[in-house]
Parts: sequence; structure tokens; C-alpha cells
Amino acid sequence: MQISVAWLREYVNPAISTQELVAQLTMAGLEVDSVTPAAADFSGVVVGEVLSLEQHPDADRLRVCQVNVGGDEPLQIVCGASNVRAGLKIPAALVGAELPGDFKIKKSKLRGQESLGMLCSAKELGIAASAEGLLELSADAPVGTDIRDYLSLNDSIIEVSLTPNRADCLSVEGLARELAILNKMDWLITQVEQVGVQHQDVLPVVVAVPEACPRYLGRLIKNVNPQAETPLWMQERLRRSGLRSLGPLVDVTNYVLIELGQPLHAFDADKLNGKITVRYAQADEALTLLNGQEIKLDAETVVIADDTRALAVAGVMGGNDSAVSDSTQNIFLECAFFAPLQLAAKARRYGLHTDSSHRFERGVDATLQTRAIERATQLIVAIAGGSAGAITEVTAEKYLPARPSLYLRKQRLQKILRCDFQDAEVIDIFQRLGMIVSLDADGWQVTPPGFRFDISIEADLIEEIARIYGYNNLPSSNLLMRSKLGLATETLLDINRVKYLLVDRGYQEAITYSFVDEDIQRAVAPDDICIRLQNPISSELSVMRTTLWCGLLKAALYNTNRQQNRVRLFETGLRFVNQSGQTQQQKMLAGLILGSATAEQWGEKIRKVDFFDIKSDIEAIFALLGCSAQFVPAQHPALHPGQTAEILSAKGDKIGFLGMLHPHLEKQLGFDTQVFLFEVDQELILNKQPPKFKSLSKYPSVRRDVALIVKEDVAIAALVDCIRGCNEESLQDVVVFDIYRGKGVEEGCKSVALSLIMQNNSQTLTDSEIDAIFNRVLETLTNKLSAKLRD
Amino acid sequence: MSATPEEILSQALQELTAVTDLEQLDQVRVHYLGKKGLLTLQMKELGSLESEQRRAVGQVINQAKDQLQTKLEAQKESLQQAALTARLASERVDVTLPGRGQTGGGLHPITTTLNRINKIFASVGFEVVEGPEIEDDYHNFEALNIPAHHPARAMHDTFYFDAHTVLRTHTSPVQIRVMESEKPPLKVIAPGRVYRCDSDITHTPMFHQVEGFLVDTDVSFADLKGVVYEFLRAFFEKDIQVRFRPSYFPFTEPSAEVDIECVMCGGEGCRVCSQTGWLEVMGCGMIHPEVFKSVNIDDEKYTGFAFGMGVERLAMLRYGINDLRLFFENDLKFLEQFN
Repeated sequence: MQISVAWLREYVNPAISTQELVAQLTMAGLEVDSVTPAAADFSGVVVGEVLSLEQHPDADRLRVCQVNVGGDEPLQIVCGASNVRAGLKIPAALVGAELPGDFKIKKSKLRGQESLGMLCSAKELGIAASAEGLLELSADAPVGTDIRDYLSLNDSIIEVSLTPNRADCLSVEGLARELAILNKMDWLITQVEQVGVQHQDVLPVVVAVPEACPRYLGRLIKNVNPQAETPLWMQERLRRSGLRSLGPLVDVTNYVLIELGQPLHAFDADKLNGKITVRYAQADEALTLLNGQEIKLDAETVVIADDTRALAVAGVMGGNDSAVSDSTQNIFLECAFFAPLQLAAKARRYGLHTDSSHRFERGVDATLQTRAIERATQLIVAIAGGSAGAITEVTAEKYLPARPSLYLRKQRLQKILRCDFQDAEVIDIFQRLGMIVSLDADGWQVTPPGFRFDISIEADLIEEIARIYGYNNLPSSNLLMRSKLGLATETLLDINRVKYLLVDRGYQEAITYSFVDEDIQRAVAPDDICIRLQNPISSELSVMRTTLWCGLLKAALYNTNRQQNRVRLFETGLRFVNQSGQTQQQKMLAGLILGSATAEQWGEKIRKVDFFDIKSDIEAIFALLGCSAQFVPAQHPALHPGQTAEILSAKGDKIGFLGMLHPHLEKQLGFDTQVFLFEVDQELILNKQPPKFKSLSKYPSVRRDVALIVKEDVAIAALVDCIRGCNEESLQDVVVFDIYRGKGVEEGCKSVALSLIMQNNSQTLTDSEIDAIFNRVLETLTNKLSAKLRD
Repeated sequence: MSATPEEILSQALQELTAVTDLEQLDQVRVHYLGKKGLLTLQMKELGSLESEQRRAVGQVINQAKDQLQTKLEAQKESLQQAALTARLASERVDVTLPGRGQTGGGLHPITTTLNRINKIFASVGFEVVEGPEIEDDYHNFEALNIPAHHPARAMHDTFYFDAHTVLRTHTSPVQIRVMESEKPPLKVIAPGRVYRCDSDITHTPMFHQVEGFLVDTDVSFADLKGVVYEFLRAFFEKDIQVRFRPSYFPFTEPSAEVDIECVMCGGEGCRVCSQTGWLEVMGCGMIHPEVFKSVNIDDEKYTGFAFGMGVERLAMLRYGINDLRLFFENDLKFLEQFN
């Protein structure tokens, strides 16, 4: 809410600067977001009166005016505004004045006529964005007074950002009340004078939904002057609250809304048919709102209707049909209390948020309506004339918010705030807050005022004590808590350890959005059922990722498009998949590499990364776990069919995939180089067994190298598994050190060079034992894989 | 006897002058002092001499041998030295050339920040717990005392999947999930991704929060203040000014916003703190009785506090990052600055 500080100070005026006042409100939980001057800087402008004027002899559109600015002699000022006329009071900028925009007024000649100043519009004074003609001041404006004083422009506008519980401060009176409490001062309540009833006409009011509208007040005001204008002081206050002047009838309802916090609505009485009914809308009932929006109502929406149609959405916005206009002479003024729960979210349903709905949803003081309608009547009659009828009131007491009293225990207050308060201190705070308090031995019985909707439990009273006492005056303690010993688990690897491993292997960690572009999602994982947002922020962020690759590919492209020719990224996070109707949220770890294997460096030939570079990163992760994984040739829609491995745990759990991005995706996404990817399920890689010691052999180990010819389709893993499968006790390790194809090796075959490392725990192996092991292994390989020794 | 020991020695010394490497030196040694070397043979021939003569000749041979041996050793020493000098010269490198191999990468600054927050709280026994990001309405709102039409929902800009399923708008639902399954005393922090349907220069639709809460039999607002003060001072590694401002969250009562003295200007007032000298860094408060009711914890017996902070905000302040959106562009030139 935006408000003029000068206006606020008319109610309570503590001897503190605006800056201090702002700090006080902020520290009391009424956060002031901004402080801005009410008008731009200018000087040298006073109230002037046009005494007489004549046509400029050489310019059709100019007048030569004699202006009284309070000096001994009138000044001659040339003016081009169309509304200039004798007797008009206007702002007059004198010679030497400085107007906003660094505009200095000098003595000048306009087409030969001397001009000793300038008559100003609101725009020229920087208090309006646009203006037609001079700013017309009221007839009683004192000539010669500095216009900044006259319009109280040396004022600040504060923007208060109120939390939803503090609807009571959504008005000048509300803020004044709070400011008075903080400064231990009294504040001046708005004086409302009742206008006498001057005619006998009333419009009957039927409230069909008292639970939604516990109180409804209405009154007819007849014969208002459609030509009346809103006085400048009111326009200025509204402007400082961010509201445009829309004619006196609307301006008064807006003014009372800001002044007292009570929304009101004025209907054009001549456009109403029969009585007023507050009821639920019929489903699909049509209504054109004030803002021109046509809506179809639903049956849960409360409307104000006449005998023929819905006129307004209760507490939200009026309809166009029954709105006041510049020809309105008779109005029906509405001032109601709508129940917050009934109104909640109704405005949003129609895409609306108004000053009125904002207040009713949060809670308006249910005791305020009579005062507010009297205040609005008083202002309307003062500005636009007219005669007021009697107020029609329909109140259902049992639906008015109850204000039951609450009990605050001394012991509870001490326990929560750990601060010993004097009884008198507590009572003083509550009383300043407008609460009725009584003290007994154990605590305080407190009845909150009607405007404090937020006070309903004991904890709320504790907060009020803390708030007024000052959070920063409350004690702070060093925590003494029961502790238990922490864990140092060896059965679960910390994901951070894996992250550091990748970091040490040259990866940068990325964080990408969990929602992704559906096109990329569909291209990368066409078989996954993805979960769609109902209200995405954009179509590029509309579905939840089923693989972290979507974001990594986009991040990689972002970098290759910025001349990065080597990218290594990883990310951890959830993937979201729909599996048989259930949403699964799985923690994944994914990586992407492209470009050269190492950063460009001297003395080494730069080569591009390949499958085995990224595979070794995965193997390194498994090495951390002290276990090995299986890499099985597989198919994945995003990956090259010849360079895809499914990663399985030793016992066969499906951990993830690794491989080269499919060339068609490489092209589709716009990469100009091969991209390698991996993705694994975190839950399946982090389980770890504590190491188990195996005794060391004292005897030497022996290495035997062998070159085997096998068919091309024999996987190396199968070859190694076959050797290990021989279960030779002394065979410690198998190392593949070369693969050869070409001259000397039959077409369709490959030569695999490997070494067998042998060592026995209880003796030195003899040559004949070594030969025997070697021969048994070779025989198995020949039988199972048709392997041959290479000549 | 063809040549005298003296003659052999002078011949050997003569040969030594032509020796340029250790291999040649060894050949000379073998030729004169080896098993079949010239001086060795002379020694063997001594046996055929009279004992008188034997001793005299023997002495001469031995002298020649010793002399040659000494000479050989000296020359070996100098050749080795020369070889070493040559090697050292030939192996000289420009030590200013860069090293080779894989260069290190780095963690995302958000991860680094989260890790630091986790570590600070873990040091006093807070347990790190994570929760789902697709949440049901109950855990994200209802159980946190934000019923269906509560105005606070409007502040949350929620992403919906259907009427009851949302992307969590804060990490607070983890509070509910933990309290549903575990009984006090509880000391938990819950870091993670959260989502709001809002995107502009100061908002990204995804960001990170850390929720923390503590429930025990005698927890007060004073304890909350103490923990928050200590945390902020540990995080910024500085004795920073902190203030508590009354605020409102449906799931805490009393509620507070926490401001720190602006770390950019030291409280003088600058663009970052909108000239106020203060920066809002977290929200907190005493856990609301309604929240305890929804998880069946006796709010008379137990009290607790909760706090929540935006990780991006803290990372930006800590590292002087001026644009929130940089965190999710994953530009290597940005990420590498935090290695």
C-alpha cells in the first residue's frame, strides 16, 4: 500500500524524521519497501491569480495576462493554455524559478511581448504524467503562497509491503494507529459528521447469503451534481496512493478505502431495476465488469444483483452496466462486510485482484461500515451536493466474526521468549494495541479489537508482546541441546565424494532447470512418459525432465556456441518419470563430455574424447565403491547404437547408461562434434561395503603374456570373464594390453594381447605349475570362445 | 721377460691419455689389471724367480699396479663427473612451461554454498534430510497451516500438475515429512530445489532453499536468535550485524525476517541494499501450534523453531555475484571462477 507521509502525520505526528518513521514501521513488521518524494524538485512557483488577459497581437494562440502573484504590481505573463481565463488561480513560475527537468524560467519576449514567468500545468510541475491546460487551483487558494506548501509537495510517499495477517494496516487510520502505539502517543481519529436524512426513498436490500455477507449497508443519494470536480487536495492524496482521479463519486469511495480501509461501491441508481439482492450467482451468469472484461460467473461466487441481473462481483468489482458516469445524478452507495473465507480466491478465479478484494480477503473491520458510509456520504455531499436518504442495514449478527477473549499464561510467555516481563509492561502493550486486558495470578485475559483478525491463539499474543517490545531487545542464547553422536558411515558413499572425483577429473558441475523443453525431452527420451506442468512459465520449460541429459545438452550447447571447444559437465538431481501411473522421483548423476580429451597443451597430441574416456570416469566411480560394474552392449534412443553400454551392478541391477550421442541428435541439436553422455541412479551407486582385508602373499608373482585370436564378436569382457571363470586359485589378475586387427590376423577376427598375473599364497609357483595353469586357461578359451593362440 | 713393469706402466699411462669414456677406461683396466692383464701376468710369473729377486720385483710390480689403479680411479671419477655434467646440461628444461595432463574442474557455487551451510549445521548435530520436489498440496500447504484459500498462497506462485500436486514452493514440507515419521528431539536441515512460477531479473522459476528446524522440550525464541546469529557469522566469516524484524509466515508464530548489515557497503547504503544498509537473508520463527497439531506432536510439551533461507541470495552476497540468472546458464566462464 502506498501512502502520503504528510497525510499520515495529520493523524499522529511523532517528532521523528521520515527516515526514522520508516525504520519504526519496518521494525514493527510493517515493511516499508520504498520512500519517494511526492513531487520532483522545483522552486519559485507560487499561487497566482489571472487578473485580466488580452489576445496577443501577433499570435493567435497566445494570450497576454496580468497575473497577481502577491507582489506590489501584477506581472505580465504570456500564456498559450486554452483554459486560461480571468479570475483563475493557477501555479505561476516566477523569473528565476527552476522547474523539473532542469528548466529555468527567465525574463523573455514572446513574439515581441514581454513575459515575466510562466503559468504551469500539473505536468510541468512533475505531479502528473500528462495534463490538458493549466492546473486549476481552488478559488480560495492564497495568492503568493509557494505552491509546494499549498499542495504540500514537500511530502514523501511510502510504499508499505504488508504481510497477509496485517489487513488492519491497509489504511491511513490503520498505519496511524500502529505508529501511535510505537511512539506511545494518541492519534486523531477521522471526524465523521452525519449528514441528515433529506429524503424518504430507500432501496430494499435482501441478503440471501448472510454467511457470505453478514453486514450490508446501502443508501440512496439523490441529485448529485454530475459536473462537480474532485478537489485538488483529494486528487493529490489519491495520486500519492497510486490512484487516478475518476470523478468525485469514484474518488470518494477510493478515498474512504485508503482513509479507513473500508471498500465501498457506488451504483448509478437510475440503472437499477427493483431491489438489491446479495446472492450466489447462477452458473454461467454473464457480467461485464467495470474494466470491460466479460466474465461467466460460477455458482460459488457472491454477487450483488437487482431484480433482473447481477450487478457486481461482491467485494471484487462492479459491473459496467450499473457504474456511475459523468452524467450520474442519483447513486446507491454500498458499504458491506463480506466474510474473508467466502471471498477468498474468488477474484483470482476471474484473473482479478483489486484494492477491494485484497482487503476483504484479508479481513475488513466488521464494525466499520456505518462510520465508513457516513464518511463517504459526508464527502460526496460536500463535493457534489445531493441529498442523502436513510441507511438500509441488513446484519446477521451470528455470522459476524466473533472476537472471543484469549488467555496468555505468564509461564508460556517466559518459556517462548525467555524474558521476564513486568505485569504492567504486558498490560501497557496490550492496551496500546486496543485490547481489553485483565490480569490474574497466572496470566492475562485478553480481548483483541475487531480489526485484528490475526489474533486468535495464545502464540499470537506472544508475538504481539515480542513485536512491540522489539525483537532485537529480546534475549539471544547459546543453544544447549541434547545431542547424539554423529555417524561416520562406511556403507554409504557421500555423493560429494563422487562429485569431487569428477571435479578432479576435469568436470564442472552444472545446475539446470528440472523442467525442460518438451522437444528436447521427446528427442532424448521418446519412450519415457513425462509429467507436464499445468501452468508452465514458458513452453521451453513445460515438462519435468525424465533424464538429466536434457539440461546438460542445452548447457553444453550454450558453451559450444560461445567458442568453448572442450566441455565436461555433470549434474546431480531428480528425474521425474511416470511409471505405471505413479510419479517416481529418482536421484540421478549424469555427465557429458565433448571436444578434446585434455585442455590444449604443448608436447602432447590433442585428441578428441571417445567412449573410453567417459567409461573410465564411470570406472573410477566404481573404484571408489570398491566394486566393479558390468558394461553390456545395449540400445538407447538417444545414443549411437554401436557405442551404448548399459551399466549393471555386479549382481545385475540396472544402474544406467553411457554412450555417444546419436549422430542424428547431434545434428538435430546443433552440435558439430561427438558428444558422450552417462547417467546413473545415485541410489544404486552409493551403497558400499566396508573393505575386508585379504592376506598378502609372501611369494613372487609371475606374469605371462599371450596373444589370442578370437572372432570379432567376442567381447573383451566375455574373454576376461571366461578366464576368471576358470577359477584358478593362483590367477590374480588379467590385463588386456593390446587389440590388433590387420595383417597376419584373419578377416573378421582380432588379436587380443593380454597378460595373466599369477601368484600363490603358500608357495613360489614353479615353471611347470605356471605352464599347467596357462594351458588349462587356454583350453577353456578354445572350448568356449574358439580362441586360438596367435603364431 | 719382454717388458719391465715400469715399461708396462708407462705404456698403460700412455693409453689412458687417449681414453674418453668409461667403457674405454674399463678396457684399459682389463688389459693391465684384469685376470689376464699384463701386470697380473707379471705377478703370476713371479713364482719362477728366486725368493730374493721375487720380493724386489714383486714390489716394483705392486707399485706399478697401485699407481695404475689410482690413476684409473681418478680418471673414472672425472669421467663420471663429466658424464653427469653432460646429462644435466642435456636434460635442462624450461620450468616455466605449463604442466601437462587433465586440469581440474569445480563444483557449482550453489553446491559449494549448500555444502558450507550443511557443514556449519552438521557441526552441532543437525541431520541433513531431503524430500520430494513434486509434492502434494497437503505437505506443501495444508499441514503448514496454509489452507486452500489463504492469502499466503498467492505469495507462492505455485506450479501445478493437478489440483493436488505441485512443485514444492519451499523446503518447509520436509519439516512435515520428518515430524510425521520421527519424534522429538529433532535437529534437521533440509536443503534442496524449490520452484515458483515467476521469472524476471530477480527471480528464476527454480532456486534453492535450506530449511532448518529444531524441536525439543525447551526451545525458545532466544535459542532461535542465537542459532541464526551464529550461523550468519560463521557463513560470512565475519562479526556481522544482524537484526530481527517481525513478519508473517503461516507456519511460525512469532515470525521474523532476518536482515544482515549489507556486506557490499558495510551498512553505508548502496544499490544492492536499496540504500537501507540492510539485506534480508532469511525468514524464521517459532513453529506454529497448528503445524504441531497436524503432525501429532504435543505443542505443550514441545516447542521448536524453524528457519528458511535462499541459497542463491547467500551465494550472491558471499561471492559478489550480481545476476541471479548466471547460476542456471552454466557458462563455463562463470562456473570456472568458483573452482
